[in-house]
Amino acid sequence: MKKTGAEILLESLKQEGVDTIFGYPGGAVLTIYDTLLKYSEEIRHILVRHEQGAVHAADGYARSSGKVGVCLVTSGPGATNTVTGIATAYMDSVPVVILTGQVPTMLIGNDAFQEADIVGITRPCTKHNYLVKDVKELAWTIKQAFHLAKTGRPGPILVDLPKDVIADATEFSYPAKIKMRSYNPTYQGHPGQIKRAMKFIAKAQKPLIYAGGGVILSNASKELTSLAQKFSIPVTTTLMGMGGFPGTHPLFLGMVGMHGTFQSNMAITHCDLLLAIGARFDDRVTGKVQSFSPHSQKIHIDIDPTSISKNVPVDIPIVGDAKNVLKLMLKLSEEEPAQDWPKLRADWLKRISDWAHSSPLIYKSGPCIKPQFVIKKINEITDEIANGDVIITTEVGQNQMWTAQFFTFTKPRTLITSGGLGTMGYGFPAAIGAQVAFPEKTIIDIAGDGSLQMNIQELATAVQYHLPVKVAVLNNHCLGMVRQWQQLFFQQRYAHTIFEVVPDFVKLAEAYGAVGLRATKPEEVEPVIREALSISRPVIMDFVVDPHECVYPMVPAGAALTEMLLV
Amino acid sequence: MRHVISILVDNEPGVLSRVSGLFSGRGFNIESLNVAETLDSSISRMTLVTRGNDQIIEQIIKQLNKLVNVIKVLDLTGSDYVDREMALIKVIAEASTRAEVLRTVDIFRGRVVDVSPKSYTLEITGDDKKIQAVIDLLSPIGIMEIVRTGTVAIARARKEKPPGGEKPEKESES
Repeated sequence: MKKTGAEILLESLKQEGVDTIFGYPGGAVLTIYDTLLKYSEEIRHILVRHEQGAVHAADGYARSSGKVGVCLVTSGPGATNTVTGIATAYMDSVPVVILTGQVPTMLIGNDAFQEADIVGITRPCTKHNYLVKDVKELAWTIKQAFHLAKTGRPGPILVDLPKDVIADATEFSYPAKIKMRSYNPTYQGHPGQIKRAMKFIAKAQKPLIYAGGGVILSNASKELTSLAQKFSIPVTTTLMGMGGFPGTHPLFLGMVGMHGTFQSNMAITHCDLLLAIGARFDDRVTGKVQSFSPHSQKIHIDIDPTSISKNVPVDIPIVGDAKNVLKLMLKLSEEEPAQDWPKLRADWLKRISDWAHSSPLIYKSGPCIKPQFVIKKINEITDEIANGDVIITTEVGQNQMWTAQFFTFTKPRTLITSGGLGTMGYGFPAAIGAQVAFPEKTIIDIAGDGSLQMNIQELATAVQYHLPVKVAVLNNHCLGMVRQWQQLFFQQRYAHTIFEVVPDFVKLAEAYGAVGLRATKPEEVEPVIREALSISRPVIMDFVVDPHECVYPMVPAGAALTEMLLV
Repeated sequence: MRHVISILVDNEPGVLSRVSGLFSGRGFNIESLNVAETLDSSISRMTLVTRGNDQIIEQIIKQLNKLVNVIKVLDLTGSDYVDREMALIKVIAEASTRAEVLRTVDIFRGRVVDVSPKSYTLEITGDDKKIQAVIDLLSPIGIMEIVRTGTVAIARARKEKPPGGEKPEKESES
């Protein structure tokens, strides 16, 4: 029996195990939406309030669950509204499939109503994208899209679906397997290179592991922890790698880079062996490249060959999946004669702990609420109430950096944040996506008043679907991070970073049918958090914080990692 | 350093844009680019000439390989290869210079493909140095218009058994 394009699409999604779509309807996708009604038992549709929110929600769903996130939007403006979300997912290697409507194939190129060349627009910010020109290609294209999204270095895949293709019908059979002659990611690291790496590790006096988001993407946290423990190697992570190594572990040094801890930046500068795992030597990590980790030999494990030796030349490149490579390393290490690594590393670890003690992460208390204090309290209280079973999302800016510094992440996929693109407005819809994936978990978006307003409309989505997402607004009435740069590098000329008007977030929450709470004094912080966590509805907590607080340490842009501004 | 890179890609709409977009988006430069179908109509070959230091060329090759529609990337530079370019040159040819133009064409083993009372159109094939030499010689006479194809290149077949009794590469590309 023949099926329509819309039916084929939804059947294909079912075959891929999709049970949730984040979307927003429109003219070009009406047929899909109409067909979706028939599938409402199997596929849940979450109606967002802006297409950007749909992609971020699908992205948050994917990052928290490890599954592929799916979103569906209409042509033209619906499609172009997804671009920021797609670029966000692309930079952070998140598996998302974006389905966009398109005008009928006959009209493509005619400047038709709600036409946009979304395949052209998103070519540089997707892992790959497709325009389906014939319904016969549809099932095969969806199969490829999911395959590409989740394998190798994951990423967003866009599939553009012209209206007539969706209405057209053909026989449906879903391909069981896919083979692509031009796409074949390397999963197993080169054994010779791995053996060489093990020799380097055994010889090193001052080794350091620098772990990135790849550890989380390949589910390699356990292996990473075993390796670090086995050889007593301290670990620093990137923002994306947080949670990939337990934050409570004695070998954990905290985040590295522009707002990294003193000990991480000192250790990476003074180590003699740097083992980079699933990290990409981003400029926010390296600071001035010429003075980045100048004394170390470098081993780099990454599934994406383009990440290796892109910014910093490495001595041993290992292309492969982090989990597989680490497993082989652990296996090889068993064949080596046992050594007393903690003793051999004692001097190096002592030096690191001296750094940690000389400049720990601190903030000064005062009459105002300090944003760092709010984050520490959220950490404490969720540990107590939710037993640490909490997922934190962040917006972008100071709120994000303080979260990375002051919240202790012990498990992978518990920090969801826009690292590469730094997308303001990401955290709230991403929290909605995470809550859809895990209805029982506590999901908290740590936000700033600037970022939250960029996608505040999604509060309606949270209320409509009874998603009890909590938002903690560190409300400083300004664009804190930009203001901080102006304070430090632009002689305190605060050009357009101070909000003269900020909405009353409590009333705003109530207007949407959510709950609003406010704290203006330090002693009100804890009761507000406790109350919010006891409410099974979406809550906005408005913490009116000290607007003058800056994020420290800070490495000025373009400076070496050792040139940190401390408190 | 100049590199000639040969790329096998899926013969699909949009692939050229993916490759050229990669170069513009990452700030790599393209000196010339040629695309045509291979014997297998589902595959096209691009011959791309670019410049960069080793690190940039390494990135270019890795980034090209990362594109889903790219099947194979070969950096011909450093290996033995033949490269050719063709130019069509419309040159002023009046009574006083017609003979000299023809002589020049002859020396470079070119052909006259179009004749008018005041001009010749010449076809010249060779590597970029030869084309440049022809242009340099004809410029004083007066070039009206020039069209160049950019480089196409092919690896030379091995003529001797490689040392060590290693089997010659079996790979035959369309």
